[in-house]
Amino acid sequence: MSGLPNSIRFPAKAGIQSVVTLALVLAAPLAIPATAQDRLPPAPYAYQQLKDPAQEARAKALMEELRCLVCQGQSIADSDAPLAGDMRHEVRSKIAAGESPAEIKTWLVARYGNWVSYDPPFDGATALLWLGPLLFLALGGWLAFGRFRRGANDDEGGEA
Amino acid sequence: MIAELGLALLWIAAALACLSLVAGTLFLRGGSKDLAALVRPASVAQGVLTAAAFGLLIALFVRSDMSVELVARNSNSLKPMIFKVAGTWGNHEGSMLLWLMILSLSGGLIAIFEKRLREDTLVATLAAQAALSLGFFAFLLFSSNPFKRLPVAPPDGQGLNPLLQDIGLAFHPPTLYVGYVGLSVAFSFAVGALITREIGPAFARAMRPWVLGSWIFLTLGITAGSYWAYYELGWGGWWFWDPVENVSLIPWLAGAALLHSVAVTATRNALRAWTVMLAVIGFSMSMVGTFIVRSGLLTSVHSFAVDPERGTFLLALMAIYIGGALTLFALRAGSVAEGKKFALLSREGSLVINNLLLTTILALVLLGTLYPIVAEAMGEKISVGPPYYNKVAGPLALILCLVMVAGPLLSWRKDDGKRLWSRLPLAIFAGAVVLFGLVLFGGKVGILPLLGMTVAGVVAVASLAPLWGRNLRRTPLPTWGMVTAHFGVAVCLAGMGAESAFIKERLVAAAPGDVVKVGDFAVKFVGVKPVAGPNYTAIEGTLVATTSSGGSFTMRPEARTFPGLMGTAPTETNEAALLTRPGGQLYAVLGQPVTSDDGSADRYQIRLWWKPLVWWIWLGGALIAVGASLSLLGRAQLLNIWRARRSRKSQERFAP
Repeated sequence: MSGLPNSIRFPAKAGIQSVVTLALVLAAPLAIPATAQDRLPPAPYAYQQLKDPAQEARAKALMEELRCLVCQGQSIADSDAPLAGDMRHEVRSKIAAGESPAEIKTWLVARYGNWVSYDPPFDGATALLWLGPLLFLALGGWLAFGRFRRGANDDEGGEA
Repeated sequence: MIAELGLALLWIAAALACLSLVAGTLFLRGGSKDLAALVRPASVAQGVLTAAAFGLLIALFVRSDMSVELVARNSNSLKPMIFKVAGTWGNHEGSMLLWLMILSLSGGLIAIFEKRLREDTLVATLAAQAALSLGFFAFLLFSSNPFKRLPVAPPDGQGLNPLLQDIGLAFHPPTLYVGYVGLSVAFSFAVGALITREIGPAFARAMRPWVLGSWIFLTLGITAGSYWAYYELGWGGWWFWDPVENVSLIPWLAGAALLHSVAVTATRNALRAWTVMLAVIGFSMSMVGTFIVRSGLLTSVHSFAVDPERGTFLLALMAIYIGGALTLFALRAGSVAEGKKFALLSREGSLVINNLLLTTILALVLLGTLYPIVAEAMGEKISVGPPYYNKVAGPLALILCLVMVAGPLLSWRKDDGKRLWSRLPLAIFAGAVVLFGLVLFGGKVGILPLLGMTVAGVVAVASLAPLWGRNLRRTPLPTWGMVTAHFGVAVCLAGMGAESAFIKERLVAAAPGDVVKVGDFAVKFVGVKPVAGPNYTAIEGTLVATTSSGGSFTMRPEARTFPGLMGTAPTETNEAALLTRPGGQLYAVLGQPVTSDDGSADRYQIRLWWKPLVWWIWLGGALIAVGASLSLLGRAQLLNIWRARRSRKSQERFAP
């Protein structure tokens, strides 16, 4: 790790995590104009790429899957919000330290819950989300194939 | 006076809608013909009056009449004139009035132009349209009155969200709304035809131009919205699978499915029930989208409580209209048979698969949009974003494109697999060339962009196939339209694939004089200077991009600060500078100053992207709209009538 005061940027205690998330969500409407109201300089890797292109590509792919918690429908890869900058820094420095994207994601999900990931996991709560399209396709297919003419015997008499 | 007059016009228009509905209903229940004669003029007058009311609201914004609450909250006298006008629909009440105006004008246009339908079906259609507008009149007048006065006028207004102060706002919402609400016509046609049981080719032919027309506007609106997000948000993304974007995509998908199935009904008198169903779904999805956006459901479930009245009102309206239409459909299901049958390998068969895939994509986009809202209500907070849609909708969309390759090459009713196969080698060859080219020379390309570009190659060639061996001058316009639109899909798909696969990104803190390499460009950061706009101040950066072939281009990205007006906080936006080249676009953003270790702030964050073929995405969207327009021109029969007359004359000449 890069020796940054993580405890300041990321509340690590699970107990206050939900409170913080809630506060962030409630504050979201106020934070829409993503201004840099706190004029603290952004963390180094917020607006700086990693030297190694392969590492940067991995970091970029992960950042695009992570939600900016104070924005409306933006990933941390495309937001000017200070929190998104901090999270980009966190992701890049962890990648640079050799952690795998999967590990970083697990770490973030443990802190912020599944809310932080745009790629919902497959579990009890999301089963319908992932299987829904398949079910719909199967149902639609079953209905549609009833429309097709089977054999040539009911040629033009199909008018019902 | 203007505000009061506007309100009065709205009330009169609402009364006229009521008249159309009552007179139409009485006529259909066996009333006299005089009642039917009332409906047409009432519909036209309702449209004209609502448009006049909207004009008056624009006048209030232009005059910056701060005694009107809506103007005071959303406008400011310092705003440039174009944004004063556009600001009329940059807020809840104004945009709902715009929605209502389009709804009423559509009714008026049907009343004036529709001559092909039976009298009773037309009256039923107009009555249905009046019923739709009546609900939205009630919504506007009782819970979202745009003409409400303030007891004391403030000295000036609070201004408009700077992100919305862009020329895009002037065109994007009206375009999208015409598309959204245009689908109401298809909805009303479906309801009218269900009531009088006139469902067949005549009904489909009457409905088709309206579906095409609104779909053109939806296509243009979504394309323009995507480009707006691309250059205004400052990170170069062109589609975020954001809920607001999704709810515009859902009616577009319904419209795409509908205009393909209506073609089957019009040509072959098949798929009748399905066409009616899709017509109902189309506008229902427009209403669901408006409800989701307008009720505040999107920001968080909690903001629903901020204005429960509006949300509940819209929800009730939606339940009445969608529920009513579906009930009517169920009651009539017996008499709406599907019509003629056909083989799987036929034009109709491919269109059924097209419809199945389009509605599945529609369903999954709706599911992904609503799922987090429902999950949150049940205590589970999840996010559904690009990875989900890419994984689920991506493959379906690619299969859909492959069906699109085969469909236009098949004949109606029944076709032969071998015949289809014999028309495809060139397209398959094109796809293979793209695939091998990418695998051999493309480096590491993700599977979805790789398949996307390959399919784009196949579609690009195959979409032109319906023109092969034809006399191009005698090819009907709708065929040209289909070819253009399908080719547009290929162009769009190629742009998406190339942009995702080969994008180059450089984020740097640069001092004046520094040179940054990105793609084939060497970009020199010359420096910054302050500039003042009409209602903002900005830092303007100067970048000079040079290519290896010696071209040199100056780019001027800006970081703008809009002052907080009447106690609101200041807002900062990025104005990206774009350099469009044949091979793509160079995208430059000027970020914040960067403080060095010694405390001096001479460097600036610069974000640069080279986005290969990115403008093909919007070119493709535009081609789809052009294709649909050609088709509309053909369907509106103007050219056909002219040609028929000419050919009749020439036949008469050869007659013995």
